Amino acid sequence: MELILVNLIDGLVTGLLLFMLSAGLTLIFSMMGVLNFAHASFYMLGAYFAYQISIALGFWMGLLLAPLIVGVIGAGVERYGLRRVHQYGHVPELIFTFGLALLIEELVQFIWGKNQMPYSVPEVLDFTAFSIAGNSIPAFKIFMIFISIAIFIGLLFILTKTRVGMIIQAALSYPRTVEALGHNVPLIFMGVFGVGTALAGVAGVIAGPVLGTFPGMAFVLGSIVFVTIVIGGLGSLWGALVASLLIGWITTFAKSYNIAMSDILNGIGIATPENLGDSALRDLWTVTSPQIADILPYILMVLILIFRPAGLFGKRES
Amino acid sequence: MKNITKIGAVSALSLVIGASAAFAENIKIAFIDPLSGPFASTGTNGLHQFEFSADYMVNQNGGVLDGQMFEVVGFDNKISPKESLIQLQVAIDQGIRFIAQGNSSGVANALTEAIDKHNKRNPDSRVLFLNYAAVDPALTNDKCNFWHFRFDANADIKMDALTDVMVQNEDMKKVYIIGQDYSFGKAVAAAAVANLTAKRPDVEIVGNELHPIGKVKDFTPYARKIVASGADAVITGNWGADMLGLGKSIIDNGFTGPIYTYYAAGSGITGAFGESGKGVIRLIGEGQVNPPPTPEAAAFYTAYKEKYPDGNVDQTRISNVIGMLAQAINTAGTADDVVAVANALENMEFDSMWGSKLFMRPQDHQLIQDMHIQAHTNEGVTFTFDNSDYGMVVESTVKMASMDSPTTCEMKRP
Repeated sequence: MELILVNLIDGLVTGLLLFMLSAGLTLIFSMMGVLNFAHASFYMLGAYFAYQISIALGFWMGLLLAPLIVGVIGAGVERYGLRRVHQYGHVPELIFTFGLALLIEELVQFIWGKNQMPYSVPEVLDFTAFSIAGNSIPAFKIFMIFISIAIFIGLLFILTKTRVGMIIQAALSYPRTVEALGHNVPLIFMGVFGVGTALAGVAGVIAGPVLGTFPGMAFVLGSIVFVTIVIGGLGSLWGALVASLLIGWITTFAKSYNIAMSDILNGIGIATPENLGDSALRDLWTVTSPQIADILPYILMVLILIFRPAGLFGKRES
Repeated sequence: MKNITKIGAVSALSLVIGASAAFAENIKIAFIDPLSGPFASTGTNGLHQFEFSADYMVNQNGGVLDGQMFEVVGFDNKISPKESLIQLQVAIDQGIRFIAQGNSSGVANALTEAIDKHNKRNPDSRVLFLNYAAVDPALTNDKCNFWHFRFDANADIKMDALTDVMVQNEDMKKVYIIGQDYSFGKAVAAAAVANLTAKRPDVEIVGNELHPIGKVKDFTPYARKIVASGADAVITGNWGADMLGLGKSIIDNGFTGPIYTYYAAGSGITGAFGESGKGVIRLIGEGQVNPPPTPEAAAFYTAYKEKYPDGNVDQTRISNVIGMLAQAINTAGTADDVVAVANALENMEFDSMWGSKLFMRPQDHQLIQDMHIQAHTNEGVTFTFDNSDYGMVVESTVKMASMDSPTTCEMKRP
């Protein structure tokens, strides 16, 4: 029973981290129609910048400055890269961001090397907040939860309650009309891209100490972010939140409990074959949930695409 | 104009040929390992240690035989067995007679098979396979051949030594085994179960599980299970990012017992664990760095750090490969007849500067050496890793581990 509570908290941390990445990606997609393959690379840049800054100025300055730098780089990429490529259509844009992802990974390896970086939790937060049945919840995880929730509320407020948010939302659906009304739509695009990548940078800053800061970190998280926004519905902030939490909890619970496939199959009335060793389906029968935990979101994505192609909260595009 | 280009090309070509002829005196060792891609740091670090060992131990002392020098040539196999076979052919075509490889038993299996075939078909250009790190037990058992020599202890030997030390702890009642979901992770788990049940039937194995290799973002749920199981010790064969992620999660979750590992040192891992790994991370391996076993070893390490300030000597067996190969070539009196060199390597006893006696077992070409359980700490560390304050210090030693262990190898000699 206590373990369920612990898993709920763990899943929440994973889910909210995923949300910070997918929020930016889904905004960028809905606005520009660009699937930004390099999004997870900005997350990696956030972690590396924060590590470098934390050596000189401490963790908190890293948390403040690294996302800003990442955001400025992101805005620059939009202004001088994507905008030029945009006129040639979506495929060149896709290829551009794909190339950018590879470039950033090589660049990071070139500057910081291929080893793990000793980027760690600040001492102020390096203690156990509380324990549930012998499982300690580190204070840093509580901190992660608060940061992500604060960002979600802030984003939601800006998008729905402020003038800037209204213009952004209008530019989402009717960019031409907004432009005709005298607003600088390219500037809005650049701003959204910058903010989206800065969010990824924040995620990197607070995930780096926990999940490790190494050149493969973007690759490990990259694909799952796309899954999240597809499940949530492209362009929906709420969808991104719900899908992130869903994925966080599904993977956490699947890893925590050893649910064997044979139990499930027996449960629905299929008997285990006599000589399992020779059976062609042996792998299916012996699989356990921790082994497949990390591919469950992909299965969910396939199901969503079949039964609700627009995603959980998405509006079907005509 | 055209003629001038032709003459230029011809003279350049002849220069190249002449130059390579002049260097033909060198004894070349082909180093076939990943030098690009995700495992590049491991491969590059290994290459540096090979080059340095060759220079420091052989070339600076006048070389072998009548002054022939060792030269290590790097070949990038991108950790792919297919690419390795291509690079092997390139190396053989360049007249190289000694092949060194270590990262991934999958690659080693492909190479040993290809080399066996090549040597059968081409008696004039036979090569030797110096395996310095691939630890799949099959390489010196079912798949053994006369041309393959393993300088690292295989996974079974390591687990045997590790459990010998583990079972001395009477307080250890529950053990959790976790590893990456592929052949090596499975081999480690099987060896751990077999050894523990044989040596301490009272110890309960409370968990034995595999996770996808290189795919896990967050190890926290696994760590929760490990703590919830009440385990007193954890065994894992994880390496790279999987090792660091798993270890960090387990420690963050409040686990204080030992985590026994194969590869939790160097390549940034020691630096990243830092204070949190102290008293928790243990490692089974050959090669004692701290305390420095001999003055020669200390001098070697210091000289290495001078040349590669960011590097670690985390594979001391590499210098054993160079040392034993040099001695074998001197004994055989030739570097061209690899059968003679192999015969000299077999049965060789060698005093390593890392404090161990080495014995190349003739029946399966598995090197027998001391195994050490080392602890991650910042106390009594002469040579730290990753330029941090932390390093590995030897806690206990199993002398000449698994000297009489059985082998299924049926060696066919030429």
